[in-house]
This record gives sequence, structure tokens and C-alpha cells, in this order.
Amino acid sequence: MRNVKSVAALIAGAALLSACSTPVKESAPAPVVEKPVEQAKPVADTRTVAPVQTASIDPLDDPKGVLAARSVYFDFDSYVVREDGKPVVQNHSGYLTKNKQRNILIQGNTDERGGAEYNLALGQKRAEAVRKSMSALGVPESQIEAVSLGKEKPKAEGHNEEAWAQNRRADIVYK
Amino acid sequence: MKTLHKIMLYTGLLAGLNAQAQLRVEISGIGSNQIPVAIATFADENLSPAQVSAIIKSDLERSGAFKIIDAGVIANPNDVDFNQWKQRGADALVVGSVQALANGSYDVRYKLLDTVKGTKLSQLDQSALPQHSRLAAHKIADDVYEKLTGVKGAFATRIAYVKQMGRSYRLEVADADGEGVQLALGSNEPIISPAWSPDGTRVAYVSFEQKKPVVYVHNLMTGQRKVVANEKGSNSAPSWSPDGTKVAVALSLPGHTQVYVVNADGSGLRRVSNSAGIDTEPQFSADGQYIYFTSDRSGGPQIYRMPANGGDAQRVTFGGSYNISPRISSDGKTLAYISRRDGNFQLYVLDLASGQEQRLSDTTSDESPSFAPNGKFLLYATESGRTKSLAVVSVDGRVKQRLTVQAGNIKEPTWGPFMK
Repeated sequence: MRNVKSVAALIAGAALLSACSTPVKESAPAPVVEKPVEQAKPVADTRTVAPVQTASIDPLDDPKGVLAARSVYFDFDSYVVREDGKPVVQNHSGYLTKNKQRNILIQGNTDERGGAEYNLALGQKRAEAVRKSMSALGVPESQIEAVSLGKEKPKAEGHNEEAWAQNRRADIVYK
Repeated sequence: MKTLHKIMLYTGLLAGLNAQAQLRVEISGIGSNQIPVAIATFADENLSPAQVSAIIKSDLERSGAFKIIDAGVIANPNDVDFNQWKQRGADALVVGSVQALANGSYDVRYKLLDTVKGTKLSQLDQSALPQHSRLAAHKIADDVYEKLTGVKGAFATRIAYVKQMGRSYRLEVADADGEGVQLALGSNEPIISPAWSPDGTRVAYVSFEQKKPVVYVHNLMTGQRKVVANEKGSNSAPSWSPDGTKVAVALSLPGHTQVYVVNADGSGLRRVSNSAGIDTEPQFSADGQYIYFTSDRSGGPQIYRMPANGGDAQRVTFGGSYNISPRISSDGKTLAYISRRDGNFQLYVLDLASGQEQRLSDTTSDESPSFAPNGKFLLYATESGRTKSLAVVSVDGRVKQRLTVQAGNIKEPTWGPFMK
């Protein structure tokens, strides 16, 4: 506080002194040179606070993350995980081995052709195929339950190969 | 073509009679050797909630075994002019009466008369509560059927099925003629494979309400449900033992679907089939000695039979590469099943003694066959257009009925047992 007072006194003193400046000699006016007018620079408000939001996001909940893909598709009359299903298997296996408290249900499905009970057993084969693949990557049995929905809950309602291909599928469902 | 037009007329009549029906019956195809029976309006039948003579006519007509003659009102049923009826072509005449009793019940009486011999073949007197007046009529139809064909009638039985509309699933119980629909279970997840207990008071089924298939036993009278199989994996395909104490089921517990038997209270689970593939759809034989089931142990699904306690299985079906959904008649002689031929899923029956098979339907997406308890008819699920509905066919293939519904998909039918 004392410093401030002495600074203030100095500034006040300087102002007085400048008021009593030496007289200016009359001479030819200096040539006027147009200088670009400098806008007065805004002085940064050092008291500004810009908010930043950070969070710990479970990769499982990231809609743009690799774990958002949870379906493995199968060919007709096939119960083998295709190449295009392997990334899903790998990504979720990785997550489950790192998160041992998470459990999943693998729900196998078939297309609409054939009997309800036999298709339930075929859908089960698809769920088991995914379960075995995850098991091979180190996920414990205790974290996985393979079940079947047979043909009872189709994702695609059509009656053509396009719809059927969508329904020949195993879904990973986190409990 | 003439016959077809006659049937269409009958269909029109029946549609009118069943105006309130949830399930509408259309008959196509008539069996030969129909017995001509005249049916009179019952005296005072307007007193009871049910039109007794109309129900009897409808039941007997639907069986395909009778040519029904409408006798109208008979002035004096106790003094019948048999000659008149013989001349009108009737071999038998049904007469009856309804009386309101003081306690609110109805006294329903009927006589079956032989017009050729001029004698009384049968009579039945019942005291029926108002809610059982339809049942009283069905019991009369059963009596007429049995006295004239020698076979026990199944008109007083019930059926159960699943009705699906969007995401709503309903397990419904109805009379065998589609009337009297009652809701047993409503759910927003699928219900499949309903199976009647032998005494007709409980139904076992598979419900997906826990996001996986689980087998329940449901007491229809109380609404109480019990989980009888919820092992790790899928639990399905319940079938009752004939004594009502056990249920055979298909479980994926060992990592692939196999047949197990469990007590009806959920205790005492034990594995009964043994293969490296799929064994499912177990069905106890009527004598409880065997279990028929579907297995793909030889490649595609075929039907096998093994002792009820497990043991060597013998293959039963050999026609075609895909045979599923075995159902065995109560006399043990006929196997009904669904066979895929040229991509079509169709109802077949197999005579077990001769090995002779017969296709019973002309449709392409048949499922879930179920024998009437007298073994004479099969109820099954089929598709017309894109709607799923039920159909009935006589086991000899001659009489066909379509039960059409106003709305929704009807599937998974099962025919209930004889009850008192």
C-alpha cells in the first residue's frame, strides 16, 4: 500500500512537471505525414475465465467409439464368425478383459424361415460362436451368457434376402 | 365347382352365426360318407345366453362328418313323426329344451333319436351356469358325435395360442370353436411354445420377458407362474409327461441344445439326450414311455425317438432333409410334423407302422401342429398373405378349416385336453 501511494505521488509530480514544459520555438510547421490511424488496442481483461469441460467417458458409451458396433452378422445356414465380425469380437473382448465387473448377454438370431424352436437352437449356435471367439481372446465364461431369440425379434421386417441378412445376427448386450 | 359353391354358402351362414367370434371358421372340402342329422331348435333356447342348437349345428358341421338338416321348431318333441324325418333324409334327429332354474342356472336337456329304427339313441340332461351354457351345447355335440361315429367328440375342449400385434404378445385361451377368448398372459416380449398340462389347468410356455428364453408353468385358474427352467443360456420347448408331474425341455446349458427333464415344480433337472448337435422339441408319448424329439445329429433336422429316461435314439423320419416339430397322436400310431420340401414348410403325417407319409396342407409356411385329444384333427399355424393364422385339418386330410382373425398374427397353437 505504501508503494502505491509513493507511485501515485510520483505520477502526480510528473504530471505537474509536464505542465511546466519549456516553451516551444515558433518554426515552420512540420510536414503532415499521413500515418495510418492505429485503433486503440483492446486491453486484455486479465480477469477473464474461459470454461473448459472435461469428463471421464466410458468408451462403451461413446456413440462414435468402436464399442458402439455390437452386432455380428452371419451367412445363411452358417454359424461361423465372418471376417467382418472379428473387429466387434476383438473390441468387446478387449473392453471386457479390462472391465472385469461388466457382464454381457450375447443374443443370437435367425431369419424368419423355419420353425420357432429349431431356429431358437440355431440362433443359439450363433451366440455360442461369438462367445467362443471372445473366450479365445481371454474373456472369462463368468462374464458372458450366450442366449437365443431365434426368429422372434427380427430387426428387419422384410421378407427378402436383404432383411434376412440383417436378422442372421448375434448382438452383444451389456447387463 | 358345385360343391365349392355350396361350401361358400355354408361359409356365409357360419360367418353370420359366428358374428361375435374372434376366430371365424371357413370350411373347404367335405369328407365323403357324411351322416345326415336333423337338428331342431331347442325349446326356449332364447332363455340362455347361448343359442344351443346353433352351436350344435356349427360343431357338427365343422367336423365334416355330418350333413346337417335344419329341423326348425318341432311342435311336439316327445311325439316325433320318425317317417317324416326319414323321408327328409335324416338318419338321426336332435331335439332338446332349455329351462331357467330358480338358482340362476339352466336346465339343458337333449335327446338323440334314430329316425330309421324309431328309437332313442341317447339323452343328456345338464344343469349349467350361465357362463357354461356354450359348454353345455358343446357337450351335446360331443355326445351326438360319439353316438353316431363311435369316436369321442372334442367340441368341448379348448385351445391356446399366441396373438401378436406389434410389440404386444398375448397368450390367449379359447374354446375349440374360437369363441370365449380369455387372456392368460400379456407381455411386450415374445411368448412361444405353449403346452397344456394333461389336466387342462396349467400351461407351460417360453417367455422372453427376461431378455432370454425361460420356461414358465402358469396356473390358469390363479394366474400364478413359476419358473421351471432358467439355466444359463436358453431354456425352451416344454412338453408335459402324461401324468402331469414332469416337463421335458430343451436347454443350451451344455453349450449346445439338448433335451432335459425337470419336475413340474422346477426341481430335479436331469439331462436325457446325448448328441454333439442340436436336440430339441421333446414330446412325451401318451404312455409316457418315449420322448420323440428333433435332432440334427445326422446333418439336417430329423425326428427321433428315445426312451423317456434317455438311451439310444432311433430315427423316425426319412423323407426329405428337414423334418421338425414332432407331435404324436394319443394312440401312438400317427406322427404329425413339419417338413421342408422345395423350400416350403408343410404339415405332414406319418403312419408309424407302415412308414407311409402324407402331406396335409397346400400352404408354404406351416408351423406348430397340435392333435385334437381324440386324434382326429390337427390344429396348426399357417400364413395367408402376410398374416399368420390358424387352420385345422382332419388327419385323413379330407376336411380343412381356416380360422381367420380380425387383427393380429395368431401363432403357436396348442389343443387342450379332454376335461370334465
